[in-house]
Amino acid sequence: MSRVIRFAPLALLALVIVALVWRLARPVDTNVHSTLEGKEVPAFALPAALPTKPGLNAADLATGKPHLVNVFASWCVPCITEVKVLGELKSRGVLIDGIAVRDRPEDLAEFLARNGDPYERIGGDAQSRVQISLGSSGVPESFVVDGEGVIRYQHIGPIEAGDVPMILARLEQAK
Amino acid sequence: MIAETGLAALWLAAGLALFQLALMVLALRSEIAVARAMRAVAAVQGVLTLIAFGALLIVFARTDLSVALVAENSHSAKPFIYKVAGAWGNHEGSMLMWVTILAAAGAFLALLSRRTSERTLIAALGAQAALALGFYAFLLIASNPFARLDPAPLEGAGLNPLLQDPGLAFHPPTLYLGYVGLSIAFSLAVGALLTGEVDSRLGRAMRPWVLAAWILLTLGITAGSYWAYYELGWGGYWFWDPVENASLMPWLAGTALLHSVTVLATRGALKAWTMMLAVIAFSMSMVGTFLVRSGILTSVHAFAIDPERGTFLLVLLGIYVGAAFALFAWRGASLKEGAPFELVSRETGLVINNLLLSVVLGIVFLGTLYPLFVEALSGEKLSVGAPYFNAVAGPLALILALLVGVGPLLAWRRERRPVLAKLKVPALIGATALAITIILAPAMPILPRLGLTVAAYLAAASILPLVGRNPSRAPLATWGMVVAHFGIAVALAGMGANAAFTSERLAVAKPGDTLGVGPWLVQLQQVTPMAGKNWTAMEGELIATRGSGPITLKPQTRYFTNPPMETNEAAIQTFWNGQLYTVIGKPDASGGWQLRLWWKPFVTLIWLGGALIALGGAIALLGRLWRRRRGEPEWRRKGYA
Repeated sequence: MSRVIRFAPLALLALVIVALVWRLARPVDTNVHSTLEGKEVPAFALPAALPTKPGLNAADLATGKPHLVNVFASWCVPCITEVKVLGELKSRGVLIDGIAVRDRPEDLAEFLARNGDPYERIGGDAQSRVQISLGSSGVPESFVVDGEGVIRYQHIGPIEAGDVPMILARLEQAK
Repeated sequence: MIAETGLAALWLAAGLALFQLALMVLALRSEIAVARAMRAVAAVQGVLTLIAFGALLIVFARTDLSVALVAENSHSAKPFIYKVAGAWGNHEGSMLMWVTILAAAGAFLALLSRRTSERTLIAALGAQAALALGFYAFLLIASNPFARLDPAPLEGAGLNPLLQDPGLAFHPPTLYLGYVGLSIAFSLAVGALLTGEVDSRLGRAMRPWVLAAWILLTLGITAGSYWAYYELGWGGYWFWDPVENASLMPWLAGTALLHSVTVLATRGALKAWTMMLAVIAFSMSMVGTFLVRSGILTSVHAFAIDPERGTFLLVLLGIYVGAAFALFAWRGASLKEGAPFELVSRETGLVINNLLLSVVLGIVFLGTLYPLFVEALSGEKLSVGAPYFNAVAGPLALILALLVGVGPLLAWRRERRPVLAKLKVPALIGATALAITIILAPAMPILPRLGLTVAAYLAAASILPLVGRNPSRAPLATWGMVVAHFGIAVALAGMGANAAFTSERLAVAKPGDTLGVGPWLVQLQQVTPMAGKNWTAMEGELIATRGSGPITLKPQTRYFTNPPMETNEAAIQTFWNGQLYTVIGKPDASGGWQLRLWWKPFVTLIWLGGALIALGGAIALLGRLWRRRRGEPEWRRKGYA
């Protein structure tokens, strides 16, 4: 048996192990990142999710000031802790708009009454169409949108208390 | 106390494994008679791991929440069978089962092996001890199943409801017995490479172990396939999921090994190739364990992503497979090929079988790891799924199935008779099946059509080895081969029929609505709440009719509380010619319910075929062991595997 054949399995093994080590060192990122970062918010117009608050249009985001757009739902458990952190951001002067995904007005009202309401506007996205057009694949997610209506940053998962300085810095950069 | 006993038994077993390894080194360096001592040490090691595993079963059966593993994976309000089976429904417990089987297999080898030379047995037991040592270290350092919690929680976190199924009691143990049983072939190969005694005697010693592991692996995969089919509610039997592939790869290598070890045992040929396959088969088991336990690939089976444990297992994998491959590279040159054979011969048939199986193995291996390679090189993310595997492995599997009909007809060494003439009748049957499918279902895709054709041909061709001789005097091994090869035809027919004739209906129905699927009319009667020991459910009542009397099906959506999760319990009705598979989903606002209905003609043949393949293996194994007991002369032992 030739030397090449005898050593081929060892060489193949080395190759496979190198690939596996690389994967272990860099675990899979299963998040779906929006391809819209750095691009303008796609045109949308969402009706008001609650009778007491205005709905949300793409034009509402290009007001010259940065906005934080929060994709959430009253049925989403992590959103309960997140909305309290959003309250803190609001108290620091952040403009927060909500997109309520597949929600019902009475559930949403109860959710906000119980956990606090940091939102300026809440659009009701009954079929997740706008959520998908933004490139968001779940709740909660948040987008930092600058004064021109351009998406600057996508935050996947709840904004936690520790994320507050980072979010504030992102909003500052978006000015 | 029980948990501590288990832990102590594990430490002792690890110590004995080290001792066993040292004995081997001593024995190979100088001619010291240690075989007896090694046999005893290996046996005690096996008993100790059984004690450890028994301790784990006891703490799970008692729901002893002061043991961290129990608290994380069990719950007092769980049916007893799932409390016990839950012992291996988690990372640490399943690794302990792995090690227990490894050590028990070593003990069996030590106690039962009479065929190998003393030196090769000593080397093989040393190799087995080296394997066990690494996995003991993994358990004791990185995955202690007996760690305590202080204070003990009042209640456990519960077991994933998908695992609360009788399937959990059988599928993992059978699969693991098969996976880890292949370690004996690995150790014997390593031992023989060390001593240089690669000959037909080794082949005969290795064959029953390979056969036994392969039978269990076949059963485990078949059972797992059926479990996924009814439990996950997707109506599919194979998903080309990375972890399914991880169980398929050792099976493919094991199947190739099973055939090549016969050549080694009977003719003393294919030495290097058989040793390589024996190493690869168990290496694939370790790769599978690594893929599942590291959570490195996205899969329904990957339980937790844990880079630390993954690294540990990868190091073990690298050491063992690397050492075996290096040994092969070093000693392979000294292997002299055995008896020559001509182009048309049983040997050539088995070489082609091995080549095709190896190519399929390569395809599955590449497809499973390809996304990882691509992302490493280009950063691009992609996934490889059923379209690739079916398109690439499917035709090769069909060619292999065609040749399965030919190989057993060939004589050893050289074949001078016109063998193909014997295949006239099977070929005619295959052609008839092809014609029927063209007439009855002109739009059928090519792969299922060929599958049904080859299945019809092989069903006839596989029994030819019994034709023209008195079946009652044919050796059991021949019977086993015929049954297993016939099983391939049966499974292939099931896969073809399922792919070609399945009808599916997905609709929202209100009570009173009737839906058609295949030949069936299914009416939703009502949906009622139900309760079990640790779940509540919404249960649909369906009445299905097809000409004759109606049957009732009751699919459920179950809501578990510990941990909170929903599962679909499909209601499946089996008939001689297929299965009616029904799933009930969520209600919509208008009072309708999502219903998913399938009519799957002859789908059960897939698992029946798998069971027949395993049964064939069992018959052959029985034949080998029984014949050995009767001590027949060498020349009679030549035969089929």
